[in-house]
Amino acid sequence: MRIIKSNLITNTVAQLCQKAAYNLPKDIFESLKTAKYQEKSLAQKILKLTLENAKIAKKGIFPLCQDTGTAVLFVELGQQVKIDGSLDRALQNGIKKGFKENYLRKSIVEEPLLKRKNTKTNTPAIVHYQIVNGSKLKIDLMLKGGGAENKSQIKMFNPTASKEEIINFIISVVKTAGASACPPFVVGIGLGGNFEIAPLLAKKALLRKKQNKNLNYKKLEKEILTKINKTNIGPQGFGGKTTALKVYIEYAPCHIASLPCAVNICCHSCRHAGAVL
Amino acid sequence: MKTYHLINPSLKDFNKLKKSDFIYLTSTVYVLRDMAHKKLLEEKVFPLNLKGKIIYYAGPTPKKKGQASGALGPTTSSRMDKFCKEFIKKTGIIGIIGKGARSREANLCQKGKVIYFAAPGGLGALGGNSVKNSKIILYPELGPEAVYKVQLENLPLIVAQDLKGNNIYGE
Repeated sequence: MRIIKSNLITNTVAQLCQKAAYNLPKDIFESLKTAKYQEKSLAQKILKLTLENAKIAKKGIFPLCQDTGTAVLFVELGQQVKIDGSLDRALQNGIKKGFKENYLRKSIVEEPLLKRKNTKTNTPAIVHYQIVNGSKLKIDLMLKGGGAENKSQIKMFNPTASKEEIINFIISVVKTAGASACPPFVVGIGLGGNFEIAPLLAKKALLRKKQNKNLNYKKLEKEILTKINKTNIGPQGFGGKTTALKVYIEYAPCHIASLPCAVNICCHSCRHAGAVL
Repeated sequence: MKTYHLINPSLKDFNKLKKSDFIYLTSTVYVLRDMAHKKLLEEKVFPLNLKGKIIYYAGPTPKKKGQASGALGPTTSSRMDKFCKEFIKKTGIIGIIGKGARSREANLCQKGKVIYFAAPGGLGALGGNSVKNSKIILYPELGPEAVYKVQLENLPLIVAQDLKGNNIYGE
């Protein structure tokens, strides 16, 4: 057994909050830079401002976006690891500490309908646990803004649905999202699983940095990206060739009767950071 | 697309602006979002004088010591559509800053009275950097959803709907 102290987990999560909120991932920055050269007029001006925003945020005074999001944690816990203390408390304390010390916005309310009282700590964070082999603890933090999350959708297709039907649904989700969800987007797609797994896959897809390992799905990701970029929504919805920067698909086995498809829209500020302990 | 620098503009200054024009705005604005709209419109006596003022749909991050503001950027305007008509009628505001397409009703009640600017979404650092001064003036208990009075200097904006009703997002 390997012992990991809960203090170390808390401090690591707090550091991830700083990293994610103030530093745009390099691959996104590079994609925005490439897009800037392909655009002209207002679209180009917007992308220039977006890159400038990332440079200002990197200095550590202002976070990238005022909506520092719901904290979503993906945790892979090795079977050989023993936590000294409560893992959940260590993670939640890390979010509290990270949001307080780095002046991030507290955007979580206690319950959704009646009083909507702010918890003032940005907790509870949403945590997805996975038990894996080995003796390591892997933590990925995503700061997910509300505007883009509001535009995400799921549809349960018939198993005989064609590729075109699936693509058309994804395009319709992107069109509905429009300017409100801050394009250019990163589009996470979850295919298969069931009603709860497909959205989880779509969310997890947003953590990816590379196209699919499966060549057929890699081809599909490329095809969907090309079609999304023909919608002329463009940066901030003012028109242009760059409506999405990336499309990532995660897939899972599913029932003979089903073909769930979930689309999670992420704004251009696709903020995540990870650590392995 | 023309570029203008506007300093403390009045409704008259907005006449020349056309959809898609690029603006650098220097002005006092009032920052508020969902919950403040709901509370304000439930008040028996409207507690703010916003006549001739510009409002900004947003909720900033907390400011660090010595800073004029935290990060500041727009939230989705369409969530405020249901308050738009009554809010304009009660206040006499002349400008709204937000992001994204609005409902047909909201577009219609802005037409001729209120200009609609889009601030580039997700650029909170750039926005925070354009603030000279900010303070909470109402509903501090709402935290990030309180009403803020903010002095902007050269905030980049795009005319999303001009006074004639021409809209960058289409119908």
